Amino acid sequence: MQYHWNWGILLQQPYLGWLVEGLLVTVALSLVAWSIALPLGTLIGVMRGAASPVARGVGGTYVQVFRNIPIVVQLFLWFFVLPEVLPRTAGYFLKREMPEPEFVTAAVCLGFYTASRIAVIMQAGIVSVGPGKANAARASGMTLSQTYRHVVLPLAFRLMLPPLVSEFLTVFKNSSIALTIGVFELTMQAHQIESYTFQGFEAFAAATVLYGAISAGVLAAAQILERRVQIGGMIGTAGARR
Amino acid sequence: MSSQGMDWGIIPQNLPWLWEGMQLTLALTALANLGGMLIGTALAVARLGRFRPLALAAAVYVNVFRSVPIVLAVFWFYFMVPVLLGRPIGAFWSVLIAFVFFEAAYFSEIIRAGIQGVRSGQVAAARATGLTGWQVLRHVVLPQAVRAMTPVLMTRAIVIFQDTSLAVVVGLTDFLTAANVVADRDGRPIEMYAFVAIVYFVLSSLAELGARWSRKGQRA
Repeated sequence: MQYHWNWGILLQQPYLGWLVEGLLVTVALSLVAWSIALPLGTLIGVMRGAASPVARGVGGTYVQVFRNIPIVVQLFLWFFVLPEVLPRTAGYFLKREMPEPEFVTAAVCLGFYTASRIAVIMQAGIVSVGPGKANAARASGMTLSQTYRHVVLPLAFRLMLPPLVSEFLTVFKNSSIALTIGVFELTMQAHQIESYTFQGFEAFAAATVLYGAISAGVLAAAQILERRVQIGGMIGTAGARR
Repeated sequence: MSSQGMDWGIIPQNLPWLWEGMQLTLALTALANLGGMLIGTALAVARLGRFRPLALAAAVYVNVFRSVPIVLAVFWFYFMVPVLLGRPIGAFWSVLIAFVFFEAAYFSEIIRAGIQGVRSGQVAAARATGLTGWQVLRHVVLPQAVRAMTPVLMTRAIVIFQDTSLAVVVGLTDFLTAANVVADRDGRPIEMYAFVAIVYFVLSSLAELGARWSRKGQRA
């Protein structure tokens, strides 16, 4: 194997700057996407478990569509197709006037895609909260939305924290597909360092370590959060308190 | 572009080319599943085995691959394999190898869960009848584990089918890239990407239905 190692390249400019920038873009993209996905996914999840057949139909179709089309194809639809099929002024805004069109489009795409996965998690969470507490809340005079807002959803979020955390980690990894429309996030910056310097091992190792650091950081934060919000009297509680 | 209207005739005109792309997508999906499952089984057995260094190495492997995006893994192998072998092996093999090694980490977790779900009494009983450790694994543990994890494996197969579209990042002409080429050349992104989305949607939905149907058959 003929390869000239040069780990120092990672500390040289502009390469160090590229990596830092890529990391920041990846984190920003993922956080924006998550802040779209969590409320939207919760809403769809509630709809999937609702009494109204229309709401169930809409929620079910949403999940079906967003889960059965590859995410990169969805991104191409948002980026290349949507501006063309919208009315002229709206399409012009998306292509020309909107600031950072690649970043915004990728964040929206990632948010809508992730929402379909959160919907499935939240629906399961609502099912495991069970009908008893919701019925009690309704009987005490709460409206349907108050029941969800104050009783069902807070419990469902706490029950579903572990799968939500793993979904949050998935968003960071999925954010890398934004490079297909020209967003310079972490994977793209590593790829760019490789094409400029041919030091692929170093560049990709740096990106791998940074993704690993994101995972480790999120998991550490999640453990603290899990302990804070655990619900008493559940199977998991005894073990978690040790 | 929108003033020119749609031209759906672009799809039948390019069907042979798109079919070639789809064949590559299907081949990649099948081989990635097969290879990923083989290496994934080895990783799962290593992780559950009694030899600690091997178990630890397998755990590190699985956790590293699970913390990076598949796109980064594709770039890693696309760059690394030619350097290691001293000669280029082409985009298809690089992408395939990347998918096999990446998916092996996910398969290993599915298979590990399946193996752990087999009751320990079964192993003790099999050992008592005189089977060797390997025979127990081959004839008693794995057949039961595979049956229990079939639904999860099928879901993963659909995920892999969709993820092979990420081959677009290295320009391998899978189904999506084939459509991409036509969209760029003829300026027809609406028709081409809509077609790609519909095809993926229909195939994934059918596979999902099949998986659900097989689950029902299993329970009966």
